[in-house]
Amino acid sequence: MADVALRNISKRFGAVAAVRELSLSVNDGEFMVLLGPSGAGKTTTLRLITGLETPDSGSVMIDGRDVTLAPPGARDIAFVFQQYSLYPHLTVYDNLAFPLRSPARRISEPIIKKRVEQTAELLHIASKLNNRATRLSGGEMQRVAIGRALVRDPSIYLMDEPLSSLDAKLRAELRLELKRIQLELGATILYVTHDQVEAMTMASRIGVIKDGELLQLGTPRGIYESPSSSYVASRLGTPQINFLPARLLSDVPLPPGTETVGIRTEHLRLAARNGGPMVGRVHRVEHLGEQNHIHLDYKGEMLVTLADPHQPLHAGQEVELDLVHPLCFDGAGQRLPAVH
Amino acid sequence: MTAALAKSTAHSIVEASPRAKTVAGSLVILYAVITILPLVWIVATAFKSQSDAIAYPPKVIFEPTLEGYVNLFTVRTRQTPDFIAKLPPPQTWYDKLVRQRDMVIAGPSKVVPRFVNSLIIGFGSTFLAVFLGTLAAYAFSRFRIPLADDLLFFILSTRMMPPVAVAIPIYLMYRQLNLTDTRLGMILLYTAVNVSLAVWLLKGFIDEIPREYEEAALVDGYTRLQALRKVVLPQAVTGIAATAIFCLIFSWNEYAFAVLLTSGEAQTMPPFIPFIIGEGGQDWPAVAAATTLFVVPIVLFTVLLRKHLLRGITFGAVRK
Repeated sequence: MADVALRNISKRFGAVAAVRELSLSVNDGEFMVLLGPSGAGKTTTLRLITGLETPDSGSVMIDGRDVTLAPPGARDIAFVFQQYSLYPHLTVYDNLAFPLRSPARRISEPIIKKRVEQTAELLHIASKLNNRATRLSGGEMQRVAIGRALVRDPSIYLMDEPLSSLDAKLRAELRLELKRIQLELGATILYVTHDQVEAMTMASRIGVIKDGELLQLGTPRGIYESPSSSYVASRLGTPQINFLPARLLSDVPLPPGTETVGIRTEHLRLAARNGGPMVGRVHRVEHLGEQNHIHLDYKGEMLVTLADPHQPLHAGQEVELDLVHPLCFDGAGQRLPAVH
Repeated sequence: MTAALAKSTAHSIVEASPRAKTVAGSLVILYAVITILPLVWIVATAFKSQSDAIAYPPKVIFEPTLEGYVNLFTVRTRQTPDFIAKLPPPQTWYDKLVRQRDMVIAGPSKVVPRFVNSLIIGFGSTFLAVFLGTLAAYAFSRFRIPLADDLLFFILSTRMMPPVAVAIPIYLMYRQLNLTDTRLGMILLYTAVNVSLAVWLLKGFIDEIPREYEEAALVDGYTRLQALRKVVLPQAVTGIAATAIFCLIFSWNEYAFAVLLTSGEAQTMPPFIPFIIGEGGQDWPAVAAATTLFVVPIVLFTVLLRKHLLRGITFGAVRK
């Protein structure tokens, strides 16, 4: 294991700037997640680290060594692709053994066998080793794909949305397992996803990326609680954070220059009318079982908040609103420090 | 419950109705009969005597004889019955057969060397065209090649006119290069014609194979060529097999250039077969025998690659 650093790396495809002046360093043993929408440059970043793309400028360092121009095979990286990483003409065993059988590595078959069996054990696919790769369920295929990376002991594991093609239940299951494996092996992982839940649950640190630029880097908790911009704030949290124009909140103390106020759903509390300044009207109540989503009309703006399912609320009712921890943003969407 | 289910599937838009199946089945059988009949006729004619072969109305039931095959493989001379009577008794069954027609065998015919020529030229050019085609198709499919579209169009354009249109220039060039009537010359010619087809067909197949497969191999420490061999080729087998069959059929059947450029040493079967002359007219059973043998390698080759061809139909049906 080792650390990986990108220094001011840029890559254009024709007129499109896929990655812009991106700098990032992944520490040894860290599980870093790059979170961003599709087209944000996440996959390109991984491909640049792997050497499947050459950067227009900037450099890639692995373990202090400049590998910017080194071929992919010389970088000691394992890559888990979003799809297609299994060879349909091979069995599960041969798929797992494939990276070890690389002519560059010269590992003897008994050692390969041992490594493949250990990995299969780790991923609970030991009973499937003799199956053809195409005869597996989606979850099993993805385990094998991850296993193909785990059989090796590379500097870093790069994972490109490895769970995105699975259904929600499997995704939740493999999420936990990946985290378990990472902790067990002490692996360094750079993981790319557009799924905030994956980012929040697995990452040691999250990098939020948009239009090829790294917007914010920090722990999941740090980014959630203290986003640097309204965009980052909107990336994390379900339902999404509410944004209100500052002019509607004349009764709340806000820092000068505030244009927009972000209110996380759990930071908007509802109470019976008691003479407070903020009054909203319940527009719709969504029952989700363990909680309710309350859609509110506040001075013509729609807000969503969470409520206890036993709280007796109904459409048309007027309620008092209480802001707990508002996030203030200026006209450009940049965060302003709160006033105390 | 089952009855209700059966009734509902009878009108299913996915499942064909029994009547549709019957109609489709009969059409397929009819088509099969129409296409197989000439082949059956040829195989049968090869076992007929010369008079049965040209009998009218045609004979469906006849006494089979190997005369056609014997005539195909031998050169014979006509002798007087007195001369034949003086000869020692025939050594073999075919000597006997020939003497019944007042002839003796003078030696082997040229069918074997011609057949060998066809095999060498047909399979040689097929191998070369598929080999070069695979490499070129891979390059076009995977690398950013300057003017790739123009090059591909140029390659395709070589197929736009009948090859015979360039017969005279090729004949003159071949004469200059001493390539006329050589196996090498014919292999090069058929390869040149087939390689464009091979590039286009194979490019389609290789485009269908996701790049991620090779990229995964590259990341794992394989070189580009090793990845091509271990990852791409096994998955392109279907396309390669289909392409090989098309190339072989073309070079195997090619007639015009074979007539023009080969006359002796390198002559292939297509120009040879029509010149199997018998006594007093075409020896139809011998021609049919030659045709039968001529068809066999293609049939064998196709049957051997059948599995891959069938898979070729479903190729590309996987999720993206």
